[in-house]
Amino acid sequence: MGAYSTGSLDSFGRGIINMFRSRKKSAMRAKDRLKLVLIHDRTQLPPGVMESLKEELIQVLSKHVDVDRNAVQIEVAQEGRNQHLIANIPIQPTARKRS
Amino acid sequence: MTGKVITITSGKGGVGKTTATANIGVALAMADKKVVCIDADIGLRNLDVILGLENRIVYDLVDVVEGRCRLRQAMIRDKKNPDLFLIPAAQTRDKTAISPNDMIKVCDELRNEFDFIIVDSPAGIERGFQNAIAPADEVIILTNPEVSAVRDADRIIGLVEAEEKDTPTLIINRINVDMVQRGDMLAAEDVLELLAIRLIGLVPEDEKVIVSSNRGAPVAQSNNSIAGQAFRNIAARLNGDEVPFMSLDHDGGLFNRLSRFIRSGNN
Repeated sequence: MGAYSTGSLDSFGRGIINMFRSRKKSAMRAKDRLKLVLIHDRTQLPPGVMESLKEELIQVLSKHVDVDRNAVQIEVAQEGRNQHLIANIPIQPTARKRS
Repeated sequence: MTGKVITITSGKGGVGKTTATANIGVALAMADKKVVCIDADIGLRNLDVILGLENRIVYDLVDVVEGRCRLRQAMIRDKKNPDLFLIPAAQTRDKTAISPNDMIKVCDELRNEFDFIIVDSPAGIERGFQNAIAPADEVIILTNPEVSAVRDADRIIGLVEAEEKDTPTLIINRINVDMVQRGDMLAAEDVLELLAIRLIGLVPEDEKVIVSSNRGAPVAQSNNSIAGQAFRNIAARLNGDEVPFMSLDHDGGLFNRLSRFIRSGNN
């Protein structure tokens, strides 16, 4: 580290901070965005359709069980080149059942 | 001899299909294989200039298909590699001048004489792309580590699978190692994880690719080009050899990254 002579400690510190920030920066953003874009491209399920799918699922299920509708989660998971629709649908405990 | 038809395609334009076709063709010929490269980009031909053969064209692919010449008359022998040939695209016609069946017929005739028939696909997903993949035994998808190129590659993989072809293999082209290490370019592992197909090549960005295209002498012929080495490795893998992927973190590790930051802080 003999070459380190004229750089101030400030710029060194900033360098380290930038280094960790930049690792979270554009390449990670690209990957996260692509993950979602590819899921929608492959399944031909636009984000809006996922929302209405969720609503309709809740309606159907509510006929039979008391669904905790705020906690329902539906997402598409990727495994290799295959997509899975994963629904997590919590049921209200019977003791707390209203009406 | 039963030659293998390999089509190189990408969806997005400008990712380096023609350069890859020329270099893989040259590298296979250097490995003593008989190779013919077909430019399937009717109306926008370029494989001839990348190979430096633009002044030798008399007949083209459309002339063959429309019966104005025999297949042999449209084959141009490379200047350096006697085992490498080019069948150029027509420049004054469009993609509808040939059909997927025409391509299958032409390639079947070539299989008897060549080890490898490499088809340079046009960009897009329309007729030209359909023509290019129709005769393929193996499809190679070329992409860059950029969102648009990766997205288009994914779409193309789906379309190739819909044609009941084997799952294509992947080349990631123009990897800028410094940008990857800065976290500003998708790493090869990221692209591979997203596309989830088998990798057959990693090609680092290299100025020598442009220098060699200026000269019409593909970079695979050059011994001091890292991209040239990458293309020779791809050719070897297509030949069935096990070649390890080149390590692209020339100065990896936290210590090296730290000292690079200190050095850049001095400027």
